[in-house]
Amino acid sequence: MTKTSINRRKFVKGISAAGGYTIAAPYVKTAYSAGKLSLGIWSHWIPGADNVLENILVSWGEKNGVEVKVDFITSIGNKLLLTAQAESRAKTGHDVFSMGVWMTSMFKNKLEPLDDVVEDIIAKHGPLLDSAKYYAHLDGHWRSAPAPTGSFFDSMVSRIDLFKEHAGIDLQTLFPANNKRDANRINDWNWESFLIAAEKLYNAGKPFGGTIAATPDSRWLAALFTSYGAELVNKDGEITVDSDEVRQVLEFMSKLTQFMPDSVYAWDDSSNNRWLISGEGSAIFNPASAWAVAKRDNPEIAKKLWHHDVPRGPKGRYRPDNSQFWGLWDFAENKSAAKDLLRYIAERHVVDACVKASKGYDIPLIISHFNNNKTWVEASPPDGVLYNYPMIGDEKPVAVAHPAPPEIASQISTNYVIANLTARVTAKGQSFKKAISWAENELEGIMR
Amino acid sequence: MKNNALYIWLRQKPRIAFFMCLPLILMVLCLIIYPFIYSIFLSMLNKAETKFVGIGNYLFLFKRETFWLVVQQSIFFALVAVFFKALIGFIAAHSINAIPSKGQRKWRGMLLIPWVIPPALSTLGWWWLFEPTYSALNWFLKEISLPAIPWLSETFWARFSIILVNIWVGAPFFLIMYLAALKSIPEDLYEAASIDGANYRQKLYYITLPMMKNIISITILFSIIVTFANFDIVRVLTRGGPIDTTHLFATYAFRVGIESGDIPLGASVSLFMFPILAILAFIILRSVRKRALEV
Repeated sequence: MTKTSINRRKFVKGISAAGGYTIAAPYVKTAYSAGKLSLGIWSHWIPGADNVLENILVSWGEKNGVEVKVDFITSIGNKLLLTAQAESRAKTGHDVFSMGVWMTSMFKNKLEPLDDVVEDIIAKHGPLLDSAKYYAHLDGHWRSAPAPTGSFFDSMVSRIDLFKEHAGIDLQTLFPANNKRDANRINDWNWESFLIAAEKLYNAGKPFGGTIAATPDSRWLAALFTSYGAELVNKDGEITVDSDEVRQVLEFMSKLTQFMPDSVYAWDDSSNNRWLISGEGSAIFNPASAWAVAKRDNPEIAKKLWHHDVPRGPKGRYRPDNSQFWGLWDFAENKSAAKDLLRYIAERHVVDACVKASKGYDIPLIISHFNNNKTWVEASPPDGVLYNYPMIGDEKPVAVAHPAPPEIASQISTNYVIANLTARVTAKGQSFKKAISWAENELEGIMR
Repeated sequence: MKNNALYIWLRQKPRIAFFMCLPLILMVLCLIIYPFIYSIFLSMLNKAETKFVGIGNYLFLFKRETFWLVVQQSIFFALVAVFFKALIGFIAAHSINAIPSKGQRKWRGMLLIPWVIPPALSTLGWWWLFEPTYSALNWFLKEISLPAIPWLSETFWARFSIILVNIWVGAPFFLIMYLAALKSIPEDLYEAASIDGANYRQKLYYITLPMMKNIISITILFSIIVTFANFDIVRVLTRGGPIDTTHLFATYAFRVGIESGDIPLGASVSLFMFPILAILAFIILRSVRKRALEV
């Protein structure tokens, strides 16, 4: 048996080698060497869309040595918001969490700034929609990054046959499923001409329906307000609800509601879908889900639907917007992996796969991702039904209560001040002065 | 020796009683006292929860028009609903008590059903009946050539609907409590009254009601507290609408605190009902104690 002696030189050499292995160890790629990452993600309405997203996320995890765990959380009954409230207070839970529309401003102090991530995304793919920036770029920092699912526009979804027969409007000619639009004719598609059409459809027993209740789908009213230049609070945070523009919109709504069903004051987010799918209604403001459900439940109605531009107001044509983001909690344990994932989900092929899985419901927040997406072009029946669902004309996406500072706009939105202000005049019969005075009181409260 | 002294100390009745009650005390501390104190603390913070504002949130609520609407609605809702629950429960209890005991069990079981179904679930059933566009009740009214009723889209009917559902859910509780109280009244009293020539109304006023006074007070107190704090019926049926005219403290607190992210103000709204209910509880329990001492 030979005796091995360790002299000083050998000892130092051994230590250096061991140190080298220790330093090199994290870079050795093993199954889940980059740790775990848990995600609390909004559960999609469209069946199958969650599975596609989960596969994308898990595959990314496998390639990058991250153990990805995804929990899909429904927003029904505010479960997503309640979970976010609980996690943010307990400072434990998922690393990455879905931030629906206003949740970024609600939780901005509890989210990790994502300037590096979003700036990388913009550098690679180009700018985001202005409305997306409005929701997520707060106090000079990106607080959340674009989500690959869940964002949508409320386009108009109308019955081709009823508009042609009763209102004399050929929607497929006015908003064709190609790029040969007649700008002059579309220019005449404004709220006043819509009012005339709404009256004719009402008289034919097939009215237009849009909720005027305390529910998120009432955001069509906010787009209407913006198109008249009616601001409740201006960009400097001053209350400006007592204005001629607001009175003008209320005047318009007093006329339009005469041709709408009385039940709109109690509608929830699914009421307008049922209204259209049942064949009772002629038009609603909605994403592509009403058509997708009609395709399954009432195919005859689905064949007669057409997504198209909203009417223009004196100050422009604005489409209600609902953007979704993913945020990173400040207590997240694996921030570097989470940031890499957020960059990855902004990739073109990921967004395209999600749009396809959602049957065209989802819209990207990165402008370049709208180009050459076949899902909206190929959707049918009828052929071209979703061609105009992503905005291709002069419409602009707009958030509720824009241009108020986002923190104030979020409160205006979640307290449904616009819907209640409108309903006070149109349902309760209050004078403009009294209703506006109520709104001023509410807004003072919101801005405390 | 020391261990022995500890053993003797632990074996004393008050100590044993304390340790047996300890799980309950801990539960009360963790699930009632701590959340209560924490919500008071929350209600005294600013919107961003970074600064102590004392009673600032409460003073702020005094200036809000919608908040006062909620106060009025909560009081109206609780008083009307509790009155009808008590009345219907009283009549139903008398009716059941009057039928032979053999048939009572099935009636008791059937009438308790609304109370034992989870309210969120049963209210969903009611929502289908009241649905704004495709109401089953309106379909029936149409079949018999009557005009449709805007159950949830007009303030009067929306308030009527939530009160109706609350009565439907809560009346069986009164029924069962009153039935138990009726059964505890000695039959001899009625027999003696009959011999003295008392009629039904006199028996009701001079025997039944005085004998039930305590149980009526306690059930009404309990029901007012529960009705005031109601959440699920309004949340499922109207979500506070139309135009915020059916909000109660709990639903408005949820709107302000959770949906709008202003947790301190939401906590202030929900705590606002505490002094009202505490005063009410004090008055009712004092009169119950007084009567108990008189007996």
